[in-house]
Amino acid sequence: MTCYHCGDDCGRDKVRFDERDFCCHGCKTVYEIFTSNGLSNFYEIEAKAGNTPKEVRSKYDFLDNGEIVAKLLEFDEEGVQVINLSIPSIHCSSCIWVLENLNKLHPAVSNSQVDFPKKTLRVTYNSADFSLKGLVLMLSSIGYEPYISLDEYDKKEKKKDRSLLYKLGVAGFAFGNVMLLSFPEYFELPAGEAGAGEFWLEQYKHTFRWLMFAFSLPVVFYASQDYFKSAYKGLRSKLLNIDVPIALGILTLFLRSSVDIIFDLGSGFFDSLTGLVFFLLLGKFFQQRTYAFLSFERDYKSYFPIAVTRLKPDKSEENVQIYKVKVGDRLLIRSNEIIPVDCILIKGSAEIDYSFVTGESQAVFKESGEKLFAGGKQLSGLLEVEVLKSVSQSYLTQLWGNSVFRKDKAGAFQTLTDSIGKRFTAAVLTIATLATLFWLVYEPAMALNVFTAVLIIACPCAIALAAPFTLGNMLRIFGRHKLYLKNANVIERLAKIDTAIFDKTGTLTTTKKDRVLYEGVELSAEETSLLKTTLRASNHPLSRSLYDILKSNEIMTLDEFQEHTGQGIEGRVDQHSIKIGSSAYVGNDLEVPTADTAVYISSDNDFKGRFVFKNSYREGMVKLFGSLEDSMQIGILSGDNDGERKTLQKMLPVRTQMLFNQKPGDKLQHIQHLQQEHKVLMVGDGLNDAGALAQSDVGIAVSEDVNVFSPACDGILDASHFNQLPIFMQLSKKSIQVIKLSFILSLCYNLVGLYFAVTGQLQPVIAAILMPLSSISIVLFTTVMTNLLGRKLTQLKN
Amino acid sequence: MSVIYVLLAISITVALVFFAAFVLSVKNGQYDDAYTPSVRMLFEDELLDGKDVSEMEQKEITQTKRTNQ
Repeated sequence: MTCYHCGDDCGRDKVRFDERDFCCHGCKTVYEIFTSNGLSNFYEIEAKAGNTPKEVRSKYDFLDNGEIVAKLLEFDEEGVQVINLSIPSIHCSSCIWVLENLNKLHPAVSNSQVDFPKKTLRVTYNSADFSLKGLVLMLSSIGYEPYISLDEYDKKEKKKDRSLLYKLGVAGFAFGNVMLLSFPEYFELPAGEAGAGEFWLEQYKHTFRWLMFAFSLPVVFYASQDYFKSAYKGLRSKLLNIDVPIALGILTLFLRSSVDIIFDLGSGFFDSLTGLVFFLLLGKFFQQRTYAFLSFERDYKSYFPIAVTRLKPDKSEENVQIYKVKVGDRLLIRSNEIIPVDCILIKGSAEIDYSFVTGESQAVFKESGEKLFAGGKQLSGLLEVEVLKSVSQSYLTQLWGNSVFRKDKAGAFQTLTDSIGKRFTAAVLTIATLATLFWLVYEPAMALNVFTAVLIIACPCAIALAAPFTLGNMLRIFGRHKLYLKNANVIERLAKIDTAIFDKTGTLTTTKKDRVLYEGVELSAEETSLLKTTLRASNHPLSRSLYDILKSNEIMTLDEFQEHTGQGIEGRVDQHSIKIGSSAYVGNDLEVPTADTAVYISSDNDFKGRFVFKNSYREGMVKLFGSLEDSMQIGILSGDNDGERKTLQKMLPVRTQMLFNQKPGDKLQHIQHLQQEHKVLMVGDGLNDAGALAQSDVGIAVSEDVNVFSPACDGILDASHFNQLPIFMQLSKKSIQVIKLSFILSLCYNLVGLYFAVTGQLQPVIAAILMPLSSISIVLFTTVMTNLLGRKLTQLKN
Repeated sequence: MSVIYVLLAISITVALVFFAAFVLSVKNGQYDDAYTPSVRMLFEDELLDGKDVSEMEQKEITQTKRTNQ
């Protein structure tokens, strides 16, 4: 039985409504909202595609603060407000449909538009009848909770960069027209033959040529700008990158052609010139594709809330933006909220989950007077704290002051194309000089002609296209198999990796399925159902997961229920009571403490035993390590304690290095140390790995849900495809081989072209055929090869 | 003036018109999201479908009745 709204398994608590089954009241409510507002079409477009709404309650109270709202709004004038919201749960056409018909839910909404690839929603509404808070709450109530973070708040108006599209348009426009205009002269017979120097052509060819000249001007001076700039930059830093011969080729093409038509020497090479630039830009465009809905640059800002609740001296509450929090302020932290600053606990007992900051999976308990660090998540109960440090100076946020976060990994890496480009340029210049010297002796009039012809024909168009098309295609294939890389450059870096380091908590282990073991005296059936009933009343994450596991169908009515925040819960039915919570709370003094998270149980004040939550490792982890073992050094770098060391040692290859109790800074340093001799791949998941991910040659974040937070990295891997990591690495290596093969192929074309050039027989028509031919065959070759390689991934899935 | 000039002028003008249209469409952001419109296009029909609309109106009427009471 699956839920009519979200398609999840209904379980035992199913809700029956309108002759349909729902997994929870949340889903039922959304169904009610949709059907009563004429939006039932939602279920027709795609079945069971809904999202379960989450409890938001007072989470968005900060949207009452006008100052914060003003910063988030895109437009706000004369009673009309426009907001662009990021909604990670957009995933299908039903989502688009319902979100674009928001005005059915609230008449004040005049327009709403979804950008599916970016997963954003732009809403225009009348601010007299509606507010941003109302909108956000309405979206949350139908399961589309927007994601509002500090990151967004800080964002400066970013202009969309569409220049590549314009350039591509200019080049394509010029290319097409020049091709048409140069056609008549292709069919002109060589001088000396009968019919040469036809009257019609003689009369009009100048018009045609000067028109071509005019069309090529924007191509040279606008569309190919980037190549000149890049070549200039390269030369200035004494680097011969691939753009140097390209820029040289474009320049020579243009100058030689201009000279040709000015002195009536020939028709010029405008067709090749515009075609060359068009193909090059096409390659660039192909490679540019990134995953718009993912962010690879996130830091703590996207994890922290925008605003917190501050207690005024008179004990009233107010919402303030996080940057305005000053040392000495009193803040309220509700359960499941992130502590945004380093602070001292004043009131309440804290149970804080630091797993995101340190990797330590066990929650820590703190009493009033103790220090709390920013980044921890309060699990249950309300806290009152006093601020010790402002946001940007807290322990966690200071990590981002480290210079690794400003390092440009792609810029420092010399790509295969660039290293070939260097040798290629040297070779071309040598050939051009030698050929010119020869002709100077043999027939001086031809020397300049040959020199320019060599530079023209040797322009490495095909070489420059090989990498963008191979890597761009690979990037797409990887994306289809849930590995989203930041850019094509990462594939080249991935191919060079010889050391792989893994984080433990959240990366090797899954947060979804904990293995729970019971140790102690067996519980009677009655006790089990009492336990389950009591757990049901608690919202604590541990209670929730224990509740899901226990097998008991009988639900009783509790006579009494008490929640002792930070300690445990207590339930009573008739004369029996049960206590669930920490070791001290249930009065346990027998059991030895464990390194794992445990929940202790006592019935009628009689200690019974404990449920131990063991990490469960991802499927295929052992196999993954086995297949990586032969080709590279592997290691584990964990912020957790070494309670799992023995288990891991049993499961993983002997050579695996294991380091525990590593702080975020330690991880970074360890990677740095390894990099002296190795190319390091870091696989992590949380903020505590952020430094190591940034420092490593390739940092990949593993994520259960790619839409939620993952730290700054080079790639995001969906956890369900974790075991395919070795195949991804293998394919990266294969892609490099494909690029190398295409280089050889394009060199063959160049050799043929050089023969014509050196012997002084290079006709414009030959150049115009050779250049597109070599480019197109390279594109075909790389596309076919990468798709063949990609089939390996698909086969594995079936 | 020879007819070739007229032809050239016409062909280039037509080409320029299309080029301008392209530039304009990029400027308006038509290329920023190349996916959603393809899905949205399919919805428009469903909304215009007479039966669906009347059904919705029916519901709206009952709703307003309810709120009026």
